[in-house]
Amino acid sequence: MEKQNMNAASPAAAAKKKREPFIHIVKRDAMPWYKSWAVRACAVLAALVVSAVVTMLLTGENPLMVYKTMVHRSFCSERRIWNLLQSLAMLLCVSLAVTPAFKMRFWNIGAEGQVLIGGLATAACMILLGGKIPNWLLIVVMTVSSILAGAIWAVIPALFKAKWNTNETLFTLMMNYVGIQLVSYFVMVWEVPKGSGKIGIINQAGREGWFPTVGEYDYLLNIIIVAVITVAMFVYLRYSKHGYEIAVVGESENTARYIGISVKKVIIRTMLLSGAICGIAGLLLVGSTNHTITTTTAGGRGFTAIMVSWLAKFNPIFMVFTSFLLVFLEKGANEISTVFRLNQSFSDIITGIILFFIIGSEFFINYQIKFHKAHKEAAK
Amino acid sequence: MEENIAIELKGVSKSFGHVVANKDVNLQVRRGEILAVLGENGSGKTTLMNMISGIYYPDEGQIFVDGREVVISSPKDAFRYGIGMIHQHFKLVDIFSAAENIILGIKDKEGFSMKRSVAKVREITERYGFVMDPEKKVYEMSVSEKQTVEIIKALYRGADILILDEPTAVLTPQEIDRLFDVLRRMRDDGKAIIIITHKLHEVLSISDRVSVLRKGEYIGTVNTAGTDESSLTEMMVGKKISLNIERGEPEFPRDRLVVEKVNCISHEGTKLLDNVSFSARSGEILGIAGIAGSGQRELLEAIAGLQHIESGKILYNNPKTGKADDLRDKTPLQIRDLGVRLSFVPEDRLGMGLVGNMDIIDNMMLRSYRKGHTVFLERKQPKDLAETIIHDLDVVTPGATTPVRRLSGGNVQKVLVGREIAAAPTVLMAAYPVRGLDINSSYAIYNLLNQQKKSGVAVIFVGEDLDVLLELCDRIMVLSSGKVTGVVDARKATKEQIGLMMTGAGVEEAEEKAKKEA
Repeated sequence: MEKQNMNAASPAAAAKKKREPFIHIVKRDAMPWYKSWAVRACAVLAALVVSAVVTMLLTGENPLMVYKTMVHRSFCSERRIWNLLQSLAMLLCVSLAVTPAFKMRFWNIGAEGQVLIGGLATAACMILLGGKIPNWLLIVVMTVSSILAGAIWAVIPALFKAKWNTNETLFTLMMNYVGIQLVSYFVMVWEVPKGSGKIGIINQAGREGWFPTVGEYDYLLNIIIVAVITVAMFVYLRYSKHGYEIAVVGESENTARYIGISVKKVIIRTMLLSGAICGIAGLLLVGSTNHTITTTTAGGRGFTAIMVSWLAKFNPIFMVFTSFLLVFLEKGANEISTVFRLNQSFSDIITGIILFFIIGSEFFINYQIKFHKAHKEAAK
Repeated sequence: MEENIAIELKGVSKSFGHVVANKDVNLQVRRGEILAVLGENGSGKTTLMNMISGIYYPDEGQIFVDGREVVISSPKDAFRYGIGMIHQHFKLVDIFSAAENIILGIKDKEGFSMKRSVAKVREITERYGFVMDPEKKVYEMSVSEKQTVEIIKALYRGADILILDEPTAVLTPQEIDRLFDVLRRMRDDGKAIIIITHKLHEVLSISDRVSVLRKGEYIGTVNTAGTDESSLTEMMVGKKISLNIERGEPEFPRDRLVVEKVNCISHEGTKLLDNVSFSARSGEILGIAGIAGSGQRELLEAIAGLQHIESGKILYNNPKTGKADDLRDKTPLQIRDLGVRLSFVPEDRLGMGLVGNMDIIDNMMLRSYRKGHTVFLERKQPKDLAETIIHDLDVVTPGATTPVRRLSGGNVQKVLVGREIAAAPTVLMAAYPVRGLDINSSYAIYNLLNQQKKSGVAVIFVGEDLDVLLELCDRIMVLSSGKVTGVVDARKATKEQIGLMMTGAGVEEAEEKAKKEA
């Protein structure tokens, strides 16, 4: 921008030239819900258009065909739909786990590790106790130990935070790596067959510790359990005294102190809950879905969950939709890279563009952009 | 006259969302004049000044400096036109000296020389009669010294249009006098000065002309010499209102809260409260005066169980049991379990007293959510309470489910005070309860406090406006750097006396000195 000398001493500078800011960013009042959803819908639409252009430029494929494939391949068969629902349930479960912590403004980015440790506890029970105790008891033991393991993994950073005010973001993050290393150690200990570097399917013959299936649907049990947790979490956050305390601590620790809420107690209690649900996610992944454990069992859900939770503004019911969106994008993007033989990175590009627009749309919901009109000449 | 106009605003408007902060405002400031911009809180004074100093950009309208239209889109532009603004919140680097702060960010064409800069600072201080040591570090300074640094900073950069945003809010009466002397000297030197305030007597004593804003609109400009308090109030509020606070005699005052030799030390080891002793009586309003940060907050928080104290006693005489309980180092919950009905309106309303993002009902629940044996919340009673408060205290809100941060300052305070009073307290502590409130809301709050006093509550009122303290309270305790310098009878004490006590003088010493000065 051209700088102009507007010194008081030089009247020549009174020229018409002005450096007027062209746009203004102004905070909006609250938008009615239908308007904000309209903005979000527009964002998705805009994302699809931009992705289409990018697709054409980079690959020369017809973008409409690409989108069609994306939708079609996700829903074309019963198996695929079940797959989608199962992925949705697992991501939703981890998202529900991190939500109370985030609502409390406790940055728990250690869900990945908490899920893994829960899964490791499950696997340990299956391997060490499989066939030695009745199957129903084994499942009970698996459940209890996975919940405990997840809760303990989550409460360690919470205790340090409460006692010494350590940074929970770094702490929970580091606990992920410890969890991953522990899993890789035990994979070596229990590897089958020796030298393969993996555990393989646990108790494949006797199916000890495998969760029963509801009817003939492999994933239905998981989906039901997660649905129950979703409703329970919604009620817990909105209608329980604990949920209220979490909200107060999250909004203002000073207010919490002022009305006599023990902030430390709430932090510890909430992280126990957060970790426990992560433990359940681990239990379902190992005991009900994969029947094995690897270092990638959690599959990055601990991090994606944060996005699910924030996009839904910590509302467990909205989180069903946001996790669907993320799962669909991920699956769909993978599908198109297979079908059109594109580089795997291409699907990441598409996912990135769409998420960028959706998250960016929140800006337009909270702020308004004004283009400055020319000066109104004062009537003289 | 025309060429004398330093800065002129024509039809300036600015809105934030639906909130119109300024609408079609016209303003003229001449050189060699002090213009007071008067208006209630929320009338758009600060927004207007921020547009002159380049922090906001007007939606509409024109600004002229020396008769030429200018575009001020950043504070840098403002400086180029010789406009300097002294904000309410100082923007200084604590570990730097005064001189270092003053020259910070200035590109000196002749190269950097601390010596020359200090000399120039000295020259400015002498010229206008400032009292300031350029070598002193900011963290060692009092509020008034920091303000002086801010003013010199603006002058050093060549400002000849000075804007001061509520400069007196944090000063003692003596410091205000000194500031006004300096401002007069600057005026006589030909500078144009705009001073923002909502205190009428200050307007009358310092300004040459007054421009009044009401709800963002420009009402008019009058010559100070030809006006008085009541007509200015009328311009400001839009109707005639009486500014008298009814003060009844305390009935059967009894010591309700007795604080004995309380000491409190900060993390850094400095004394926040130094041997503080006093008593608050039922049916009486005890005022607490002092320069900001003299231990008021710590004292109230110590009583409320939010601040650890090193030594001393905080005794509560329970009117029901007749026993005296020590509240020292008890948590707020333990205090309530003792049957102590202590209500506290903290200074930080939305950061401590209320939760901004929660609606009025959920904010009512802060005090009562533990009731009942279920794990679930009971929202019926808080809802009723919210509706009662909205109705009884005339809270302007779309409804009980509106987040409190959307309410205006006065309504936020009504919600908070209403909740605290609803608990039927025996002790009510209020820290700066009218800060940022318009006149009508302020008087509504004073009335509420007076009603509580009438019903036998021991009221503790921490205030900053000495005129109000003298009119509202029965006794006034003065704090200075964590020490009690004395307790005076509010019906007899003078503002000058309290002002001197705020800086550490004892009761008698201050009385004598105040008399001598008068």
